[in-house]
Amino acid sequence: MINTLWFLVLTVMLAGYAVLDGFDLGVGALHLLLARTPAERETAIAAIGPVWNGNEVWLLAAGGSMVVAFPHLYAAAFSGFYLALMIVLWLLVLRGIAIEFRHQVDHPMWRDAWDVTFCLSSALLAVLFGAAVGNVLRGVPFDIEGNFRGSFALLLNPFALLCGVLSLFALGLHGAAYLAMKTDGPLQQRARRSVVPLWIGMVVLLAAVTGASFVVQPGFTGNFARWPVLALVPLLGAAAAISIPLFRRSGRDTATFLSSATLIVCVLGSAAAGLYPRLLPGLPGSAISGLDIHNAASSARSMTIALGVYLFGMAIVIVYLVNVYRVWGGKATTGYHA
Amino acid sequence: MFDAVLADRWQFGFTIMFHYLFPVLTMGLGVMIAVLKTVQLSRADDRYGALARFWAKIFAITFGMGVVTGIPMEFQFGTNWARFSHFAGGVVGQTLFMEGVFAFFAESSFLGLFLLGEKRLRPVVHWLSAVMVALGAVVSGFFIIATDAWMQHPVAYEIVNGRAELTSLWGLLTNPYALWQFPHAISGSLVTASMVVAGVGAYYLLSRTFENAGRLCVKVGVISGLVFSMASLFPTGAVNGENVTRYQPVKMAAMEGLFRTQEGAPIAIIGMPDTERHELMDPIFVPRALSYLAYGDFRAKVVGLDDYPPDMHPPVELVYYAYHIMVGLGTMFIAVMAVAAFLLWRRTLFTSRWLLWILMLALPFPYIANEAGWMVAEVGRQPWIVYGLQRTAAASSTNVSGGMTWFTLLGFMGMYSVLALLYLFVAGRIILAGPEGTEDGERS
Repeated sequence: MINTLWFLVLTVMLAGYAVLDGFDLGVGALHLLLARTPAERETAIAAIGPVWNGNEVWLLAAGGSMVVAFPHLYAAAFSGFYLALMIVLWLLVLRGIAIEFRHQVDHPMWRDAWDVTFCLSSALLAVLFGAAVGNVLRGVPFDIEGNFRGSFALLLNPFALLCGVLSLFALGLHGAAYLAMKTDGPLQQRARRSVVPLWIGMVVLLAAVTGASFVVQPGFTGNFARWPVLALVPLLGAAAAISIPLFRRSGRDTATFLSSATLIVCVLGSAAAGLYPRLLPGLPGSAISGLDIHNAASSARSMTIALGVYLFGMAIVIVYLVNVYRVWGGKATTGYHA
Repeated sequence: MFDAVLADRWQFGFTIMFHYLFPVLTMGLGVMIAVLKTVQLSRADDRYGALARFWAKIFAITFGMGVVTGIPMEFQFGTNWARFSHFAGGVVGQTLFMEGVFAFFAESSFLGLFLLGEKRLRPVVHWLSAVMVALGAVVSGFFIIATDAWMQHPVAYEIVNGRAELTSLWGLLTNPYALWQFPHAISGSLVTASMVVAGVGAYYLLSRTFENAGRLCVKVGVISGLVFSMASLFPTGAVNGENVTRYQPVKMAAMEGLFRTQEGAPIAIIGMPDTERHELMDPIFVPRALSYLAYGDFRAKVVGLDDYPPDMHPPVELVYYAYHIMVGLGTMFIAVMAVAAFLLWRRTLFTSRWLLWILMLALPFPYIANEAGWMVAEVGRQPWIVYGLQRTAAASSTNVSGGMTWFTLLGFMGMYSVLALLYLFVAGRIILAGPEGTEDGERS
């Protein structure tokens, strides 16, 4: 029971990260395309400036919840994908300093250099996070001790790459919807116009990933057959996906963004629903069948204590996150920081 | 040559020491900014507000560096120390997780409000956001130290199926080791922030730029520098030392270079440990002082390194030198700050250029003292990663080779060198631009 609750917590944390840091990764990946003038780029960055750092905390908290609840998963997955993880870390470092340092020197070349760094690192992170989810769905070749050595060929398999590109499109769409909501003028127009093309790419890729997932992970439908209520998650996702261009057409920017957020939650939720109770399945031929919520877990007592801490802590976090987003509500302007 | 554990240790050591250069400033500086905001509000004196705005710019880039260099720390527990995560995750995961939930969320949310929201918020709310940022930084430090303290002195656990299980959250958070290690680290951080503030102020006075702000910086820095350099020695340093003696006598023996167990053990002010002949070379002793410091009794018996098998010894030289550097620098900080505070009281400090020069050039040394202190704590814990429970050599990832880690270590070194240059460049520009340009200056 407690193991299942922690599976749920981990899903919530990762989905929270994907939705929140997702829009600033998307803005990062797109801002060079959508924002043409220095002032527009300033506005795009200003739209995520006060919140990106807090959004990234979700990743740290998700990592923390993995250590405390499923230490073996943390140990095996992070050491197994060692180089990929290190590249993610370096990209996170680059992205963080790019957004921190771009304002420090008032010179167009300085800003351009950091904006390109910000754009590339955001886009690559979006791809790598997608590829990571793809590899979790596909599974890894465990040895008898529950470890594996992930090579690049293993990491960058076609299915994972497909998931990576899907992630880039989905987060790009999410970022465009965010910019449409938070800006005005030509930047907003361009962000609005990019929603539908990105949506088309995303839907095609999502269909391809969904189809391919039945091939790479044949047992994926088992949970949906056993608990049909779970099918509500992908159905809600499909509804959200359909609503995005409709909201866009009727000019409802906030609703478009919320639909995009719902879609991301539902895609990750569906993946989690299909995986349960597995956390990281083994590829065919693995020495063990994979890590699940039981063989990767810490003790029931550790998990119970941590769950109490989690519920208490997140209740506080939600109170001030709501207030922080309320302060930063409305359109972003370049002058807000002066 | 490609020993994996050695590579893992180098990578963790390098990345943690680089990382700590930033939080050591922000923990203390956050508190100082909150105090400046409080003075601004209570005395309705905007000079303090301008100073808070100025230091907030330095705080912002330092905090940013701390965030980006901090993420690799948590992740390395999984990438390079998989067997440690597997063994201790159920315990240390609690505090790491609590840091995220209770400290990082608050810190990052309120930092945005504090840095960018002065115009949008009522003064009281802006003041509150400064307090929350400071609180977040200090609380974050507490959870990290609670994690480290458990590795120094494991409490509130039991070993089940070869893994550590937490038995009491309260026990973990009130680890007697943490209760003095935490104020000692915070005090060290406040010394750093004070000396940075005083050092920059001294630069303004010496260069005759921004002299009003410079006087205020020197005054604030010297007063808090005196208080916290003394607090670093007593009570926090002294009681922390007693804890080391109580829980890790072999570390204390290495710190003091005490090879043979003896009654009435002396303290060596100077001397080089010779680990082949098991004695200090050319020491200058204060007789019986160690016995008194450790046990409050000049005749007490203090345990020496030779009472432990060699495979339980930490690297003696490193611990010994690091400890002596920390204590030596700490003593000098007290002396400098005491003289400066005396001249401040006599109203001659701002014209005593020789002392202003000392204050300015002293700026890097609290960093060295803090890093040295952490070396004592962490290198002194070796060969254990969790004291008495898990050896460092048995804690690394078995599926990551040494060559791989050397490669990523070089990557970190390269990237961090660039980060260091960028940080110094940007911080230098902020300092040169001075505090009075805050009204129409660049955003931070």
